Amino acid sequence: MDRLIYTAGSGAKHILDRQATTANNLANVTTTGFRAQIDSFRAVPVVAEGTLPTRAFVVNSTVGSDFSSGPLQATGRDLDVALKGKGFIAVQMPDGTEAYTRNGALQMNENGLLTTTQGFSIAGEGGPITVPPEVSVAIGGDGTISTIATTTKPGAPTVLGRIKLVNPAEQDMVRGDDGLFRLKDGKAADADPTVAVAGGALEGSNVSPIDSMVTMISLARSFDLQMSLMKNAENNAAKATQILALG
Amino acid sequence: MIRSLFIAKTGLEAQQTNLDVITNNLANVSTNGFKRSRAVFEDLLYQNVRQPGAQSSQQTQLPSGAQIGTGVRAVSVERIHTQGNPQQTGNAKDVMVNGAGFFSVLLPDGTAAYTRDGSFQSDSNGQLVTSSGFVVQPAITVPANAQSITVGRDGTVSVTLPGTNAPSQIGSLQLTTFVNPAGLESKGENLYVETGASGNPNTNTPGTNGAGVLMQGFVETSNVNVVEEMVNMIQTQRAYEINSKAVTTSDQMLAKLSQL
Repeated sequence: MDRLIYTAGSGAKHILDRQATTANNLANVTTTGFRAQIDSFRAVPVVAEGTLPTRAFVVNSTVGSDFSSGPLQATGRDLDVALKGKGFIAVQMPDGTEAYTRNGALQMNENGLLTTTQGFSIAGEGGPITVPPEVSVAIGGDGTISTIATTTKPGAPTVLGRIKLVNPAEQDMVRGDDGLFRLKDGKAADADPTVAVAGGALEGSNVSPIDSMVTMISLARSFDLQMSLMKNAENNAAKATQILALG
Repeated sequence: MIRSLFIAKTGLEAQQTNLDVITNNLANVSTNGFKRSRAVFEDLLYQNVRQPGAQSSQQTQLPSGAQIGTGVRAVSVERIHTQGNPQQTGNAKDVMVNGAGFFSVLLPDGTAAYTRDGSFQSDSNGQLVTSSGFVVQPAITVPANAQSITVGRDGTVSVTLPGTNAPSQIGSLQLTTFVNPAGLESKGENLYVETGASGNPNTNTPGTNGAGVLMQGFVETSNVNVVEEMVNMIQTQRAYEINSKAVTTSDQMLAKLSQL
C-alpha cells in the first residue's frame, strides 16, 4: 500500500486532537479566569537509511497557555476579586503544595475559611485566611483582606491577612490536570507586591471566540484535505490493481 | 469517537445550566426576599496525551507535551446574598431585614428554616406566620382585639389594646445569621435550611452583631438585576451557538471520514 495514507492518517489524527483542544477552549468561553490553551503542530521528518527524506509526520503538542487578560465583569459581590494585569492567586493544595489560579470567585466554608470554588483554601501571605462571623469583608487593591466589625461603633477595620499574589515568568507556568497552574519545578512562587486586584469583579475567560471559530473551520478544511488525500491513495491503488488485472 | 464532539457537548450542557439559572432569576424578579443565583463553571480534567519533559532520546527531552482538555462543568450554583431594595407597603405585618439576618420559621416537621421574606400574616390563632403558613420563631401571638401592631427596629413587637393608652409588648422578633449564607440550602417557598457549609445558626437581637435592623411596613424586593440577567442571557445564547457550531463541525469531519 502507498505510504501516503499513513502520512495523511497522522495528519488527520492530530487534527482531531487539536480540534478537541479548540472545542475545549470554546466550551470554556464563559469559565471564570480560564486561560486559553495553545496547541501547535510540529513536523517529524521520517528518514530511513539511504532514502530520500520525502515524508514528514505531524504531531500535535501543547505549547502553553494564552496568559493575556480576560474581560473584567463587575459583580458587586464582596468576595469576588479580579486580577488586574499579570499575576495569579495562590491556592494551598491539600498535599501542602501551592497551585495558582486566575479565578477570583472566593468562597467561605462553614468556619469562615476563604477557599476557591473547588474548596481549596486560598493561600495568604501569613497562612490561610479565616473571616470571623458577623463582619463585613473588603478586599483592597493589593489583596489585603480587612473587615469592619458591625458589633462596635464606630466600626474599626481589622486586617485579616493578604491574599498571596504571585507573578512568576509565564514560561515557567504549566497547567495541571485539574486546570490549576503550577511552577514547572514544583516549587512555590514568591509573593509579588506589584500584583493588583480589583474587588467586586471577576475576570472572564480569555478565549477569543473569533480565533477559535476560525481555527475550527481551518482545521475542518485541513481534515477534508487529508480525507481527499486518502481517497486519492485509494484511487491510485485501485488503478494499479486494474493494470495488474489486465495483465 | 472524536473528543471534540463530547467536549462541545459539555459546553452546551454548561450553557444550558447557565440559562436555567438565569431564567429562574428572571422568573423570581418580583419574589419578596429572593436572592439571585449564579452558575459557576470550571474546566474539566486535562488528559496528558504526551507528558512534557519526557525523554525523547537518551540526551533529549520533549520541550512540550500534549494536553487535551475535556470540557467544562457547572461546579456550583451559588446564591448572592446582597441586600434587596426596600419597597414600602404600609402593611403593619410586613417587616424587612436591613442587614445580613434571616427570620427563623418552624416547619411542620419540627425543624427550623430561615427566610428573608418578611411579609407576615396572622393565622386563625393570631400567630404570626409566613405566607406559606409556617410559624415565625419565637412565636408571637397577636391578640384578637389589638388595635394596631408595631414592630420596632430591634424586633420588639407591641400592640395597643382598646381602652389602654400605653402599648403592651407581646414578644420580639429575632434574627439568625450564618458565617457563610451562600452555603444555605434552598428549600423553595423562600426558605433556606442550615447545611454543613453554612455554619451554625447564631440567633441575635436585631441591630446587634451585624444581624441588621427591622423596618416595619416594608418588604425586601428580589435582588435580581434584570439588565445584568439579560446581558448574561445574550452571552449564554451566543456561547451555546458557538458550542453547537463545534458539534456541527465535528459531525461534518466525521461525515467526511465515513465517506472514504
